[in-house]
Amino acid sequence: MGGIPHDHYEPNSRGEKWLHRRLPIVGLMYDTLMIPTPKNLNWMWIFGIVLVFCLVMQIITGVLLVMHYTPHVDMAFASVEHIMRNVNGGWAIRYIHQNGASLFFIAVYLHIFRGLYYGSYKAPREVTWIIGMLIYVLMMATAFMGYVLPWGQMSFWGATVITGLFGAIPFIGEGIQTWLLGGPAVDNATLNRFLSLHYLLPFLILGLVIVHIWAFHTTGNNNPTGVEVRRTSKKEAEADTLPFWPYFVIKDLFALAVILVIFFAIVGFMPNYLGHPDNYIEANPLATPAHIVPEWYFLPFYAILRAFDQEVWVVIAADFLTGGIVDAKFFGVIAMFGAMLVMALAPWLDTSSVRSGRYRPMFKWWFWVFAFNFVVLTWVGARPAEGIYPYIALIASAYWFAYFLVILPLLGVIEKPLPQPDTIEDDFNEHYSGDDGTPGSGTAAAPSPAE
Amino acid sequence: MNPVSHAEDPSGERRDFLYYATAGFGAIAAGAAAWPLVNSMNPSADTRAASQMRVDVSGVSEGTQLTVLFLGKPIFIRRATPDEIEAAQAVELGELPDQIARNENISGDVEATVENRFLPPFGGDEGGGAAAGGWLVMQGVCTHLGCVPLGDGAGDFGGWFCPCHGSHYDTAGRIRRGPAPENLPIPAAEFIDDTTILLG
Repeated sequence: MGGIPHDHYEPNSRGEKWLHRRLPIVGLMYDTLMIPTPKNLNWMWIFGIVLVFCLVMQIITGVLLVMHYTPHVDMAFASVEHIMRNVNGGWAIRYIHQNGASLFFIAVYLHIFRGLYYGSYKAPREVTWIIGMLIYVLMMATAFMGYVLPWGQMSFWGATVITGLFGAIPFIGEGIQTWLLGGPAVDNATLNRFLSLHYLLPFLILGLVIVHIWAFHTTGNNNPTGVEVRRTSKKEAEADTLPFWPYFVIKDLFALAVILVIFFAIVGFMPNYLGHPDNYIEANPLATPAHIVPEWYFLPFYAILRAFDQEVWVVIAADFLTGGIVDAKFFGVIAMFGAMLVMALAPWLDTSSVRSGRYRPMFKWWFWVFAFNFVVLTWVGARPAEGIYPYIALIASAYWFAYFLVILPLLGVIEKPLPQPDTIEDDFNEHYSGDDGTPGSGTAAAPSPAE
Repeated sequence: MNPVSHAEDPSGERRDFLYYATAGFGAIAAGAAAWPLVNSMNPSADTRAASQMRVDVSGVSEGTQLTVLFLGKPIFIRRATPDEIEAAQAVELGELPDQIARNENISGDVEATVENRFLPPFGGDEGGGAAAGGWLVMQGVCTHLGCVPLGDGAGDFGGWFCPCHGSHYDTAGRIRRGPAPENLPIPAAEFIDDTTILLG
């Protein structure tokens, strides 16, 4: 795969040969598992496995939770308490599912930022990137609908605010909103369809994950240098890579074990730390909570949504130029979805031919400002929309767009990149054999004292 | 056999026609099959049927507010004090971000004056103006993203304040500051006797 020369599966026994002629499934699994993987991958490359684990964990715990849950406005809240108090181990399953969503998003953000730093989105991996973005959007939709199911105050009002986004679309918005809700407001019809979709979407995600893996198995993995694996001969390819099994599987599983220790500490000792206490109050359509705060993983985009109010000049200009069709409300919605769209378009907005941020002295700075800016957006999204906060949100939102629409296109033109290693093997040897960077000497060199 | 060019071959044209006709009908059939599926997600018959409600407002005294749930959304029924009405009347129309009354009971986009926002009492206003009884009936749904604004003089303009994203409404329910684009909408409503309002 990936045009990287390597050994393929050969059926040996009669049984294997019999099956291989009819369905080459063992070969498919063998080639997937034994894919040549750049041997210089660092710890930022563990999150793919973490994400697959999260998806499987959420599906399994979710299937079990549905067995005890009742999707009805009068019974949903009580049925969640029933899971917590009466169902055997129900509290653990629910807390794992609830915090599993947070682990899922922490991992996906680190995975995305890894891709942004090392240029994993650049040719020829654009399709992998786009599919990843689709998965991310589906993840957000799934998490949002899952949060509605316990039918607490935040569930109800979060659903009201988010479906209200669709109502902001000019002319057809109200019809779309009613269609999504199945009535004039969030009610039983909404709860029922959200459960249905919350159950469906993870399987669509699973399908896209398979396509995502297929895509980067076709191009080969990126790596911290951004330099391609040599494909000229099998010998050279083997000097740059190691098979995924067992080398990277064991490494990833070790990382996963460490992450799960932290995860289960949170599930066991502070399961509601990332939640909101208002969601333990049953939904009430007549009383809005003082602050409607989405789950933490939506906060950056929530901050962007709120940042563009009618006092911002671009909003005033848009309102004027479109004759009032694009008002402040719709502008906020466009900005929020636009923020995701510009990120999805990164492969075409970034003009630099150098993949890895390691060899881009100017890019590095802008990238870390971008990463810090993401944290600021998350923080400001949870603050009330008053005082200094809207200004911070506006500046941070502007930087988000500037990063993709101005900085990435310009840097490729004005930046002078640092020299890159010729091969992955060179990079690997430089890293693991002290000062002696000559190719091929890596295995022969004495271990450094630190090892 | 001599090859026949596509343009001269009548059977080729026939083939093209059949191809497009089949594809066209296929597309129509797919659409016709998809529509009932999409439409099944629209409001069901019982949801559509619940469209009128009578509200007894005899217990609502000046300066208080009654909130009822109608079609899944809260309806504010407030009896404004003379001070509140005066405060609303004192506002120049030019100061309002949304200068349209948003009143379903009055056809056309009339100005957002106090006259056009309040609900006339039973038997007409008898020359006292629509605000004579002090009745303000509005949908309690913020026009920004649908939260329920807090009432009883909340916000910087003595009317309503939406806690979600900080929209301030005045004593006539008109948007004054914040992200909400429109005044609080006034639903179809009328007095059918001295103390009963018919919604819808």
